[in-house]
Amino acid sequence: MSLLLVVALPFFGALLPGVMNSAGRAACAGVTFTVSLIAFIGLLTNLPTVLAGEVVTARVEWIPALGLNFTLMLDGLGFFFAFLILGIGLLIITYGRHYLSRDDNMGEFFTYLLLFQGAMVGIVLSDNVLLLLVFWELTSLSSFLLIGYWKHLPEGRQGARMALAVTGMGGLAMIGGMLILGQIVGSYDLSVILQNRALIQADPLYVPALILILLGCFTKSAQFPFHFWLPHAMAAPTPVSAYLHSATMVKAGIFLMARMWPVLSGTPEWFVIVTTAGLITMVLGAVIALFKHDLKALLAFSTVSHLGLITMLLGTGTAFGAMAAVFHILNHATFKAALFMSAGIVDHEAHTRDIRRLGGLRRLMPVTFGIATLAALSMAGIPFLNGFLSKEMMLEEATHTMLFGSEWLVPVLATVGSLFSAAYCFRFIGHTFLGPVRDDYPHKPHDPGAGMWVPPAILVTLVVVIGVAPFLVQDFVFLVAKAVIGDVAMLEVKYIKIWHGLVPALYMSIIAVVGGLALMLIYKPLLKVWETTPRPEAKVIFEAIVEAAARMAQSIIHPLHNGSFTRYAMIGLVAMIAAGYHAWTTGTVAEPVRELQAAGAVPIAGWGMLVAATAGLVLLHRNRLLALILIGIVGLMVSIGFVYLSAPDLAMTQFTVEVVTIILLLLALNFLPNQTPVESTVLRRIRDAAVAVAGGLATFALAYHYMLREAVTTPISEFHLANSYKGGGGTNVVNVILVDFRGFDTYGEIIVLGIAALLIYALTESLLNGPVRRRLLNRVPDQPRAGDMHPMMMVVLTRVIMPVVLLVGFYIFLRGHNEPGGGFIAGLIVSIAVVMQYMASGFAWTSARLRYPYHGVIGAGVLVAGFTGIGSWFVAQPFLTSAFTYVRIPPFDKFELATAALFDLGVFLAVVGAVMLSLESFSRLARRADMPDAEFPMDIDPSRSDPPPVQTAELKEGN
Amino acid sequence: MELIVASAIGVLTAAGIYLVLRLRTFPVILGMSLLTYAVNVFLFASGRLTIGAPPILDDAAITYTDPLPQALVLTAIVISFGMTAVVVMIGLGAYLGSDDDHVDDQPESDASEERP
Repeated sequence: MSLLLVVALPFFGALLPGVMNSAGRAACAGVTFTVSLIAFIGLLTNLPTVLAGEVVTARVEWIPALGLNFTLMLDGLGFFFAFLILGIGLLIITYGRHYLSRDDNMGEFFTYLLLFQGAMVGIVLSDNVLLLLVFWELTSLSSFLLIGYWKHLPEGRQGARMALAVTGMGGLAMIGGMLILGQIVGSYDLSVILQNRALIQADPLYVPALILILLGCFTKSAQFPFHFWLPHAMAAPTPVSAYLHSATMVKAGIFLMARMWPVLSGTPEWFVIVTTAGLITMVLGAVIALFKHDLKALLAFSTVSHLGLITMLLGTGTAFGAMAAVFHILNHATFKAALFMSAGIVDHEAHTRDIRRLGGLRRLMPVTFGIATLAALSMAGIPFLNGFLSKEMMLEEATHTMLFGSEWLVPVLATVGSLFSAAYCFRFIGHTFLGPVRDDYPHKPHDPGAGMWVPPAILVTLVVVIGVAPFLVQDFVFLVAKAVIGDVAMLEVKYIKIWHGLVPALYMSIIAVVGGLALMLIYKPLLKVWETTPRPEAKVIFEAIVEAAARMAQSIIHPLHNGSFTRYAMIGLVAMIAAGYHAWTTGTVAEPVRELQAAGAVPIAGWGMLVAATAGLVLLHRNRLLALILIGIVGLMVSIGFVYLSAPDLAMTQFTVEVVTIILLLLALNFLPNQTPVESTVLRRIRDAAVAVAGGLATFALAYHYMLREAVTTPISEFHLANSYKGGGGTNVVNVILVDFRGFDTYGEIIVLGIAALLIYALTESLLNGPVRRRLLNRVPDQPRAGDMHPMMMVVLTRVIMPVVLLVGFYIFLRGHNEPGGGFIAGLIVSIAVVMQYMASGFAWTSARLRYPYHGVIGAGVLVAGFTGIGSWFVAQPFLTSAFTYVRIPPFDKFELATAALFDLGVFLAVVGAVMLSLESFSRLARRADMPDAEFPMDIDPSRSDPPPVQTAELKEGN
Repeated sequence: MELIVASAIGVLTAAGIYLVLRLRTFPVILGMSLLTYAVNVFLFASGRLTIGAPPILDDAAITYTDPLPQALVLTAIVISFGMTAVVVMIGLGAYLGSDDDHVDDQPESDASEERP
């Protein structure tokens, strides 16, 4: 199966469990399992090629300009990790199915799990470092979701946040490091980077790149000093801990160190940083783990310790160290996942995972006891279990490693780490399972169903098989190790053996195991010492840092961002004017080439009216109704200006929009106060006026400047004029541009308009359903209401006008392609006709006669326009290619049929729907507020005898 | 003619800016409408001013005005209606929710609104 499919399957599959949630828990888990299984099998189909030593690749160009391509490669290392991720994933899914309770949303859980799985597989198969970074961040995000899966637990949320903060920061650092590497090599392809060891290590930017990348790896793999997030992430459900925090995600950092090993390792910097961090982490994690009472916390710190061990091995930079690291990754994944699952079983059955409340479970849960004991003994490094083999190798490697000039430092610390490691393993077994059976468990424990114990049992089988017969996996381990090492060094070991003879590593092992047992004997006094020793608490420090960062951000942002819109507007305006002034003074100003056109008396008069209305608006804006009338005049003068300046379409649009806008503002004014009070000081008004005048002068100067000069380059309008009739079949060039040349723009715009209308509708709904509703119902109108709100004259008149207006709209629509008009204008005209009915005959009366909801009209418009565009696909043309023809039906004249007209119909419908939905929403507010709906179009109708007019009048007063 | 149009743009902008800087929602909305006019006319004028030559193809016509800015401004006018409507709705919602039509966040002491 193609690698692309292996990576993509979990992502696509992630949709399924979420969708299938209602199909039941078994279905959810089943589909997740199937998806993983297919990906797993797909991976295995590539095994023969990998075993043959070849590299499987797959490539899809994504953003080649950035060097970001979807390139995947599968070599031994990638296969090894992908195998672990998908294989253990299958076991975890089975286990998780039985672990989660009925109250947990299983679809959500498995969706997150598959997302994580896909991201993880993506990391290990990426052949492009940028792509790898994308997947890297995806694992951080999906692990955030998984850790915080139990949203009701504050620890879960805090742990998730901490994990995201730490790994996210590391990810950011790593982006920097990877970009530096890419710059050095000149390619972001991993396979190219891996070929350039000498180039990279000679570059002066090698050390910064190394540190940045290691920051990413150390945060992800919980290396000291970033180890603190992992134990807090244990608030996650146990399947997550077993999967992410033992077998996969925390290994991502290790994986990357292994992947980058050929180019980054072998330098003193690499050796000192990586080995030291690994060594400290190993010892520290082991010591802390011994004193943890929570089973999962114990395992978490032991994971930290083992990750440190692997890191240290990679840090040594020798081929043997790399091989030992690979082997320990495999062994650790098997026994640690099994241990986590066992801890989960104990927690699930005994309802506690506090070691102090457990003990004696050996008799109650024999199966779990067997699994957990074998896994723990393997972790402790007991022979004939796989942990022993890799731990021996680690100790062997340690004896050859000199750090800071001392040949004792590493072996001694490694032995101490192993000693504590053995001790906590014994404690895990002894304090949980051995000892007398107690009678105070929170819940009477017993072995779980097979669904929960089989997955860890499979892993433990592997633990034993590898431990007894390491030759079964040695070829594979060597293959993977060779993939890590590349051409840098030669692996000299030929076999993985249980017995090496009486080498120092064996003595160190014996010291560790015996010492571990000894520690258990003096555990009680030791614990007392530990508990009385003061030590820094990572969570407190972390929270203090976060708090400090937040305070610093607040102290910068709050003074600037104080919630004053006026201030933002002022800052923006002053900045714009200043930028414009700067450009004006520093740029070159060309000589004017166009003649000023003479203006007659009429334009000057129109200008005078516009200026007078604007000035009046500014001076009188406190009287809001008057301001509305004045802005109407401004709009009218602008429309007339468009007519005069050869823009009939604009004039018609402006004019009709003006009408609906004024109606809209009137509806709003129904609620808003009628007066704007005087609040600002005189000084402030002078300041505002000064900015306003400066802005006005600036736009004046700019407009005047360019109107007297020619365009910098030839406008493309000539093309539109020349092709409008030939190509678009219409003589109204503006309309042809709208529905044909730039039809895609128009399509986007009607969608925006529709969204705006739906937004208004949604806001209205939320207002009407929220606390505002009560306020609206109790509201007393601030203006006296007319007794006759729906006068007969107006009702009759609008009724008569309606068909005429519709006819005009239809006419304007039809002629739009050749004469001024078109869908936009026709839509507005028809809207006005409908609005008139609302105003004259009342909301209820009109709504009752409305056959189609306005949402539907908007949708229909967008669909009609869209399908018109799609239609051109069927004749193998690009989206929205228009066609037209002329037909003649006797006795009529020849007329044109164009697909553009169909598109324009979509525009028309969208405009009608959007305008009407907006206005209707506003009037719905008004309607709930004031009046019961009138049943009849006219309040006073002589032809109607009931209800008597008197009663109607009373009804009105009552409100 | 150019002077008239340019000065009209300037006047509309100045009035718009002044009103946008007011403290209550309604004048701010009016100010934005004025700015919309100014911007639309400004864009329209970028096709330069031509009198009596609408972009309607006609064999008798000698010249046409630039149609492209017109097409752009036409949709801008319609969209600006949608924008105004949304802003008005938000302003109205805020006013109905808190009995306060200030555009700025009010100091905490004043914001202690009485809920019915």
